Parts: sequence; C-alpha cells; structure tokens
Amino acid sequence: MKRKFDQFVLRVDPILCDGFGHCHELAPELVGVDEWGYPIIEGQPTPLGEIEILKSARLAVRGCPRQALRIERGRRTP
Amino acid sequence: MTMTVTLPRVLHAASGRPLSLREHEETFGAMPPTGTLAAELEASGLSGRGGAGFATSKKVELLAGLRGHHKVVVVNAMEGEPVGHKDRTLLSTNPHLVLDGAQALAGLIGARRVSVCVSRKESTIIHHVQRALHERELRGAGPAFELQTPPWRYVAGEESALVHWLNDNESMPQYRPTRPHVLHVGRSPALVVNAETNAHVGLIGRFGAQWFREVGTAASPGSTLVAVSGAVYRPVVLEVALGTPLRTLLSDAGADPDPQALLLGGYGGAWLSGEHLDTAYCAEALRPLGGTVGAGILVVVPRDGCGLYETYRIVEWMANESARQCGPCAFGLPAVAKDLQTLLRGSRDPRAVLERVRERCEVIEGRGACRHPDGVVRLVKSAMAVFGRDIEGHVNGVSCAAATASRQWVAVPAIEHESDLVWE
Repeated sequence: MKRKFDQFVLRVDPILCDGFGHCHELAPELVGVDEWGYPIIEGQPTPLGEIEILKSARLAVRGCPRQALRIERGRRTP
Repeated sequence: MTMTVTLPRVLHAASGRPLSLREHEETFGAMPPTGTLAAELEASGLSGRGGAGFATSKKVELLAGLRGHHKVVVVNAMEGEPVGHKDRTLLSTNPHLVLDGAQALAGLIGARRVSVCVSRKESTIIHHVQRALHERELRGAGPAFELQTPPWRYVAGEESALVHWLNDNESMPQYRPTRPHVLHVGRSPALVVNAETNAHVGLIGRFGAQWFREVGTAASPGSTLVAVSGAVYRPVVLEVALGTPLRTLLSDAGADPDPQALLLGGYGGAWLSGEHLDTAYCAEALRPLGGTVGAGILVVVPRDGCGLYETYRIVEWMANESARQCGPCAFGLPAVAKDLQTLLRGSRDPRAVLERVRERCEVIEGRGACRHPDGVVRLVKSAMAVFGRDIEGHVNGVSCAAATASRQWVAVPAIEHESDLVWE
C-alpha cells in the first residue's frame, strides 16, 4: 500500500512563539534553542517511519503554551 | 497612437507637478480596454519593483484563478525605506499612470475595489493622490478607488503588514506558513502591487510587451526607478534601463565616480564594493556579487567614509523598527547592533565580537515571520565582505577619522523611543 504522506516537518509560528522553551525540552532531537530561548527548528523533513521522533514532535505540539507549533506532513517528491 | 515615449518612461513629461487627468491622457493617450493585457503582461516579463522582484504576471494569474467578485487591488506606495523616494516622485509626477495600472489589474483579476496606500507622513503625496482620485470619480467609470494612510514604519510597507493594517489597523507583518500566499482584506483576496509596478502596467497596457522589452536585458526587461543618495551632488531619482552599468548610473546622478562602496536595494539590501562599477544594474548581474536591485535604492559611500560606522547606524535603526513580534528579530537585531557598536568603540577582545556577529547572523536568518531580519543579516554579512579594511582597522584599534567625526553618508532617521513608535 502506498501512503499519501511519508515525511513531516515541525513548524513554528514565530509571531505566536514567546520562547517558553517547552518544545526544546519535549523534542530535543528536532528543536534547538538560541541564546534568547527561541526555538531553532531545522527545516529538514523527517520520515514518518521514525515513530519516536514523530511522538516527541507531537508532544512538543501539545506542550506548547502558545500553541505555536504544528506538524506539517508532506510527500517526498519522487 | 504611435509610441514615442523613450526613457524616461514612467517619469515621462515630468514637469515638477502632478499631471491632471486631461494632461495625462494627452501625453500617454487613453488606456485601452484590458483585452490582451494578461498575455502582454506575461510576454513583457515585468517583475515587481517593490523589492522582492516577483513576476507580476504570476501574481495576477494566481489572483485571477480565484473565484468571487470581491477582490481588491492594493497599490503599495508606502515607501518604508528612508533613503528611497521613487514612489513619492512617481506619484507627484504621473499619479494617473499608477492609477491606470491599478485599474487595468483590477479588470484583469476581476476586482471592484482599489486601495491606494500612502504613508501618513507624506501629506503632499496624499494631497496629490486625493486630487487624482477625485478627477477619476468625476469620470465615474472603473473600480471604486479609496485612499488609505497607514502610519510610516519600515515594515509597514511589507505586503502582509499592509494588509494587516487594512484589516485591523495594525501595521505588523503576519505569519504566512505557505508561499505563495494569497492575502485577504476582509474576505476578499488582495493583489498587492508596488506603485512603480502599477505605472509600468499602465504603460504595457498602452504600448505592449514588445515596446516594454525595447530597453533592459532579456532576464530583467524594462526600466526602473533608482533613488541615488549619499556622496552625490544632490539626491535624485533616475529612471534607467535595467542593465545599465553602475558607472553610467553614477555619472548620470552626479555621484562620486570612484566610491568605496554602494548600498544597493535599501536598508535590507547589500553593500557592493566600488571595484564592481562595471557591473550591470539588474538582478541577474548583481546576484553573483551578493547585490540586489531591491527597492531601487543606491547610496554612494566615498573612500573616506567608514563602512562599519554606516552599517552600525543602519542596523541600529532597523533593530528599532522591528515590529517585535518574533523573538529572533526582536532580540537578535539589537544584539547585532550592540556588537557592531562594540566593534566601533573598541573592546578587549574585538575578534570574539566579530565572530559573535557572524554566529548571530547565522542564527537569526530565516526565522522571522517576514524578511525584515533576513534583510539586516544580508546587510551585515555583505558589510563583512566589503568593508574588510574598515573592520580590520577597528579591530586593531586604528583611529577612524570618519567614525570619530560622525561623518555620515547614508541618511538614517533619528531613533524613536520604543514607546513612541506608532503602529496603528
């Protein structure tokens, strides 16, 4: 079976974000912090198969006090 | 009518006062109906003149493909760049050309409303536009025009900030997760087009794509307005063909023929070393050198100016003009400005400060909702590359005559206190 999406990116709305830093605690493999406490998220997509990373990304999304994070699913262009 | 308008084109018939509608139609002829304009626009290869240089035909196509009749055309004459005055010059010369273009674009995408946005501090321009709109109202045809006067802020002219102001009276950029993104005024999709681009559309509608391509290069056809300031006889706005060598541009403007560097594109643009004067003024020739056409701004810094000092002043002002919505911009830009100040004044370990500026630039880039921080980062990075000598001098503690005497070439407005910044 061919799935519709096979990768995801964690994205932050920089306007909503207030630099609480929860996302860095919950998903350290995806989110770094800068010297002011704001998240640095690499735009590189992660394969959906990496279930542990996806789980921590979900935790980060749910744990964000400003609800500034979301998971964007995409498809690797063949 | 046979076309004899050569350069200047959009500034044609400049008489020191705005042309009335009757004079305008005598000069340029009446605007024909928008039958083939979509094809002509695409063939002309016109790109936006507001800074980003996005193809206008693509923008129009995107909007024309949407359903609904409540679309709106937004004419962006905000001119946030303190050293730029091309849109002002255009509106106080040929205001009807801009309105013609807006009307044609409204016809293309099916909009019934046109908002002309001029910043509040330009009372003369507002007066000119009001007068031009009144003349059109007496004519009674075409879309409904309205004049909007947002406050003057650097980022207020950014398209999402402008649309935000039209919606909520707040001149702050919005987050757009996907690009290209269609902005909405209320529930109406909005086509935001720079004033100069509108004027070019007004001419393409009359004389066609082939005429438009007679000047300029294949990749960037047409002419463009450039505001030249700094080490010049007096600041001017020139209309030049894209692809004109910078040397010609400087001599036309009466500028220092052998400058140390040029600031291209505006405060969020890039420095270009004075060695590259034979480069053509167009996006494809400047890109390999890190330069940009941007918002049509050129500031000449002569050999006795200090590049680090000029950059610091710009960055400090730009940091203050941040809307303070995104952390990397609100905290990062003042930090970079502070570092540059430390470099200028001297410190115990200037090499570490220099390294920190580089690191901070990397961290800030691409993390704002709009391109404001990216522009500043580009400026600082290009300053590092171009003003190596000035920066080395400051790092080694050589006394800098220009910085000590506060000799300034780039005009930077006074810094307002954060609480005095008007956003609505």
